[in-house]
Amino acid sequence: MNIEKGAIPNMKTSAIFIENLVKKFEDVTAVDGVSLQIEEGELFGLLGPNGAGKTTIINILCGLIKPTKGSCKVGGYDVQEDIIKVKDLIGVCPQETAVYPYLKGSENVDLFGNLYSMNKQMLEARRAMLFETMGLTAEANRRAEKYSGGMKRRLSLIISLIHDPQIAFLDEPTVAMDPQSRHAVWDFIKDLKKKGKTIILTTHYMEEAEELCDRVGIIDHGKLISLGSPKELISRNGVKDLEDVFIKLTGRKIREEV
Amino acid sequence: MKFQRMVALTKKEMKKTIRQPAALFLIFLFPIVFVFAFGASFGGLGGGQPVYQIGIVNMDQATPPQSSLLFIDALKGTDILSIQTYTDNQTAQNELSQGRIQAVMIIPATFSQSLESYRIAPNNASKWTNASVSLYLDKGSIVATQAIPPIIKQVLTVFIGQSQQVFPSPINLKTTSLEVKQTSTLDFLAPGMFTFASIFLIMIVAQSFTEDRENGMMKRIRISPTTPADFMLSQVISYLVIALIQAILVFVMVYLMGFRPNVGTSVYVFAFILVLIFSLSNVGFGLIIATISKSSSAATGLSFIFVLPQLFLGTFVGASLSSAAQIAGKFVPSYYVTDALTSLFLRGATITSPVVLLDLAVVSISCVAILAVGILLYGKYYKI
Repeated sequence: MNIEKGAIPNMKTSAIFIENLVKKFEDVTAVDGVSLQIEEGELFGLLGPNGAGKTTIINILCGLIKPTKGSCKVGGYDVQEDIIKVKDLIGVCPQETAVYPYLKGSENVDLFGNLYSMNKQMLEARRAMLFETMGLTAEANRRAEKYSGGMKRRLSLIISLIHDPQIAFLDEPTVAMDPQSRHAVWDFIKDLKKKGKTIILTTHYMEEAEELCDRVGIIDHGKLISLGSPKELISRNGVKDLEDVFIKLTGRKIREEV
Repeated sequence: MKFQRMVALTKKEMKKTIRQPAALFLIFLFPIVFVFAFGASFGGLGGGQPVYQIGIVNMDQATPPQSSLLFIDALKGTDILSIQTYTDNQTAQNELSQGRIQAVMIIPATFSQSLESYRIAPNNASKWTNASVSLYLDKGSIVATQAIPPIIKQVLTVFIGQSQQVFPSPINLKTTSLEVKQTSTLDFLAPGMFTFASIFLIMIVAQSFTEDRENGMMKRIRISPTTPADFMLSQVISYLVIALIQAILVFVMVYLMGFRPNVGTSVYVFAFILVLIFSLSNVGFGLIIATISKSSSAATGLSFIFVLPQLFLGTFVGASLSSAAQIAGKFVPSYYVTDALTSLFLRGATITSPVVLLDLAVVSISCVAILAVGILLYGKYYKI
């Protein structure tokens, strides 16, 4: 992936800029006036119960859906006006395990590498490195339909990062993974952060957010109800860990996706 | 539009088709099995009460030609013949070669004279003036070649007023279509088979798009820098390649089963191009179904709404249907593909014949329009 030099204006101050974002689906307000700024190189956790609006925010930032109101910029580009430039900057690992089952693992990755116009050498090198990191090298030439659930999740993560994006949206990347795989992914995410990438992570695992994130934002009913580093939030709420913060702020009532 | 992306997406779609046993069967194996089954065992077509279009050229020289006019009235009196008279043979033969009528009947100059001689001496054949009614049949229609001669013969026998079981007739019916005797049932079916195979692309396209939407792959592609033009063009190219392979397979199969039309290479090339253009409409119909289907299983069911009319009204099956169904067939693109191929392979038309060019124009315009509607609808409701 060739990033135009200087394509990310003001990245030091703002990789993601969201102002008064509102998204309504008929009579349901999925996102309700969210304003947020995420710095370059920051690992930001977007937390919230099911249906809180996390994925809707990510979908708006990726240009998949249009906001009802408000504005957002990714890498300094307005998502509504410069979506092509935004797409070049971002990598998205969606919530669902989106891989082509009838393609081999390597073929899945190559397809998306080509969609990002990567040259062959770079694609091969990145693919080999990512398969190695995710422990899938031996399975690269098997069809994805033969993969276990955890392997498919890791393959999905590789696909989203094959083009070496500056900004990565990871929507519950470790769901359905065993502890070994989860820790491998954590290490990989930490490594991305070290390389200066901006990462927006959604997760239901509070220990994951506590372990990885510089800051977290807790969303409920489409509103940003709390924002700060895990330590700040724990201290501010006078509880022992981030899970307690989460329960204290969002309650114990079971939520369903809308 | 980026070539690298289009190639990657086209390769993906081809692999998807090749590696999915169900799709592989439906697209490639089904036409082979189908051609084999029909080619090997088809014993005739039945059903329906069609109306046959007969052109008559009355050469009767009697003044007035009373007997021949009464004979024409007798033919008109049947429910299953629609009679149109022509003043010259050439015009009638042109209509026949264009497929507008299914037979041309020439009433000879001595028709009335022959009938009069019979009525004077009905039991003395040596005193009859013999005459022959010539019947030219549409070589592209199995129904015409098999059904029309017995009907006309029966009307003629009744009109003469004799029992042919006992005596020879003063007026014979001469069927002038030697080629028909050398033509097998498969020859009549083959043009429709080319069309038939491609129709199932509707289902494959609808399933593919809904599956990709269900499993999140469409979303993933939309997040990438792929443009709608990259994506749609790659899909259309993929399905054109599949349609081409289908057409080749069907051709090889019908050839192996004995289909040997006496036409040049240019006609084959034209036929393949026509089938490819037709496949565009099937991609379009598939996209329309994918737009209105919430799941791939719903898409499979809905596909039949588009598959069955094309199949029953527009391919060889339509020849045996009622006249109303045959008129309805003119509203589906497959009808014009089958008609053009029939004209080329069986009626001896050339690729510059007006009827073939008209079919090509209808197929091209309708198929491109259907594809455009499919792309616009899918793009509007699901984005690409």
